[in-house]
Amino acid sequence: MTTTSQTNMNKQSPGRLREFLAGIGNVDRRWIFLSMALAVGVPILLKLRFPEVPGPMAKATFDAVESIPEGSRVLLSFDYDPASAGELQPMASALVYHCASRHHRIVFMALWPLGKQMADKTIKDVLLEFHPEYKYGVDYVQLGYKAGNEGVIKLMTTNIPGQYPTDADGAALSKMPIVADAADLRAFKFIGSLSAGYPGAKEWVQYAKGNTPDAFKVVGGSTGVQVSQLLPYYPKQMEGLLVAIKGAAEYEMLVTSKYPAAQHADRLEEGRRRMGPQLVAHLLMIGLIVLGNVAMIAGRGMKGGAR
Amino acid sequence: MSTANTQTSAPGRSDLRWLWISLMVFSVAALAANALLRKDGMAHRYVEVIEFERVEAKAVVESSANAAGTETAQTEWVDPTDARLANGTLRLVEGVAPIKWKLHKDVASTTEANETIARRAAGDMSAPVVELSMWNSLGVWAAALLTLGIFSFLYRDNPYYKVSESLLIGSSAAYWMINGFWTTIVPNLFGKLAPDVVRAYAIPSLPVSEHPGLDAGLAFVPLILGFMLIWRLAPKGGWIAVWPLAFIIGTTAGLKLVSSIESDLMAQAVATMKPMVVFAAPSTSAVASSAVSAVNFWATVGSLVGVVGVLSVLTYFFFSVEHKGAVGKAARLGVWFLMITFGSAFGLTVMGRITLLAQRLEFLFNSWLNIN
Repeated sequence: MTTTSQTNMNKQSPGRLREFLAGIGNVDRRWIFLSMALAVGVPILLKLRFPEVPGPMAKATFDAVESIPEGSRVLLSFDYDPASAGELQPMASALVYHCASRHHRIVFMALWPLGKQMADKTIKDVLLEFHPEYKYGVDYVQLGYKAGNEGVIKLMTTNIPGQYPTDADGAALSKMPIVADAADLRAFKFIGSLSAGYPGAKEWVQYAKGNTPDAFKVVGGSTGVQVSQLLPYYPKQMEGLLVAIKGAAEYEMLVTSKYPAAQHADRLEEGRRRMGPQLVAHLLMIGLIVLGNVAMIAGRGMKGGAR
Repeated sequence: MSTANTQTSAPGRSDLRWLWISLMVFSVAALAANALLRKDGMAHRYVEVIEFERVEAKAVVESSANAAGTETAQTEWVDPTDARLANGTLRLVEGVAPIKWKLHKDVASTTEANETIARRAAGDMSAPVVELSMWNSLGVWAAALLTLGIFSFLYRDNPYYKVSESLLIGSSAAYWMINGFWTTIVPNLFGKLAPDVVRAYAIPSLPVSEHPGLDAGLAFVPLILGFMLIWRLAPKGGWIAVWPLAFIIGTTAGLKLVSSIESDLMAQAVATMKPMVVFAAPSTSAVASSAVSAVNFWATVGSLVGVVGVLSVLTYFFFSVEHKGAVGKAARLGVWFLMITFGSAFGLTVMGRITLLAQRLEFLFNSWLNIN
């Protein structure tokens, strides 16, 4: 009797295991949402961080800012809005801090309507916080948002005063030393576009870099979704590229290693802070993909299972 | 088998409803406790209050006729502590009341605010004036509740989510419309047609044109095209809207054609033509003397992978030859390259989405719950 029962169990156990594995594929998706929330939330609360090793693209971006003479005129275009700030704001903060640490004169502009607000926030929280000596109109200026997408870039390649007679607040740019003599984009040594889509870094390469390839360096900071479109431009048409939050964290590492911040250093650690949750969430994703495949294979041939 | 499968595979559909409800009740209780019991509380936003005062003054010019000097007609608003008032080069204009205003500057953290408040309460008058900002705190509450409203869709579609979503879409659309009106239509159209009116009532700094008549005439072109474009809303004559559309498409195509050929075709083709074998830069005499050791192995592998990848993917998209034999194998290899590319793009997308979630959770933990 016992022998028969054991034999039956042995015969049944692979079936139960298979049923259990196949059942994983039908788990309520809300459990997955909850586990993802925990995978991201717990590392934030525990302040989980890992060391970042800068990659070639982040190094190239750093070198692009370093290679131009100190005090150069640079153009930073904030082509994103709050929906992408999670990825792009850390890059913006580090880039502005880096440029200011090199005493570059910074011209802010935006091709996205809310980009101006993003630039204003960066000026207030980073530029003037770490470099209060920066004077408006002399060391930096805010051109604000201008409608027209790539048309704005196209016109800037030939006539900046015509395109921007005034700054964002309506003050005449002809009276501001930082841009009074800037006739076109060749007046800049460096153009950085923090880009969440169209118009953005791609348009800066196509219409600015394509027009005058050797006049200035172009660097892009991109969201993870968009970066596939920009990778072909690196390194020939784009001297540097920051890829999503990973690129931001690597760039932060490079910038703060050379120019450590005396206070409010946390404002230059946003990227690195968000890499801890990335690791745990990615491990969860990989685990879920493996489980999903196991469930699919186990469910093959079963009623309601995968074929 | 079907019953067993349902029991093991769908644990959260109906039988675990109470678990979800308990989780929500616990969350609300924890939030209430956090708000009421902790000293720092939730969503407390503090501001530093900076007071400004300006008085109207006239410059005083030394005069031989008047020992006290003569006031000039030009006035300026200066700080009451301005040194020129003390030394007599500026004199207050009598009968004009000073103007005062306050500037509110965000304080970075609740801890910093509490420390500053404590210093001032202890008699340190050099500490800035810091006070709780009701409006900023309400703003944090609104943002947090709307964030939770969007997250609530993960449980199921519900009215709370719909309200949050509608608010987001409505406010975004309104912002775009208002922004477009004030940054495009007012300066570029009204500013050309009636510059004096725009300067008087809307944009005082509107640049003065050298050819106002010509500008006004040219502005009629986009005005007429704009009217033609919205004609499609009229019950008849929809064809009128086709002409401005043709103009827009033609202009865009003209703008994009040259840049696409230069940047996306020619420059990309040039960037693809790499040397198959990459040699390291002869930085040392040892490397320079040995051609074998000067080969950069991994860069060479990268070049070869690039060449093979480009050719195989192009073969996959070359449909003039049947995908059989060597061509079929090359096309199959191209599919693998494409799959790896799509996988990489998917990975980057996942990274982006996780970052957005992390940012919102950081906001909830730091700015709203004040627990991190």
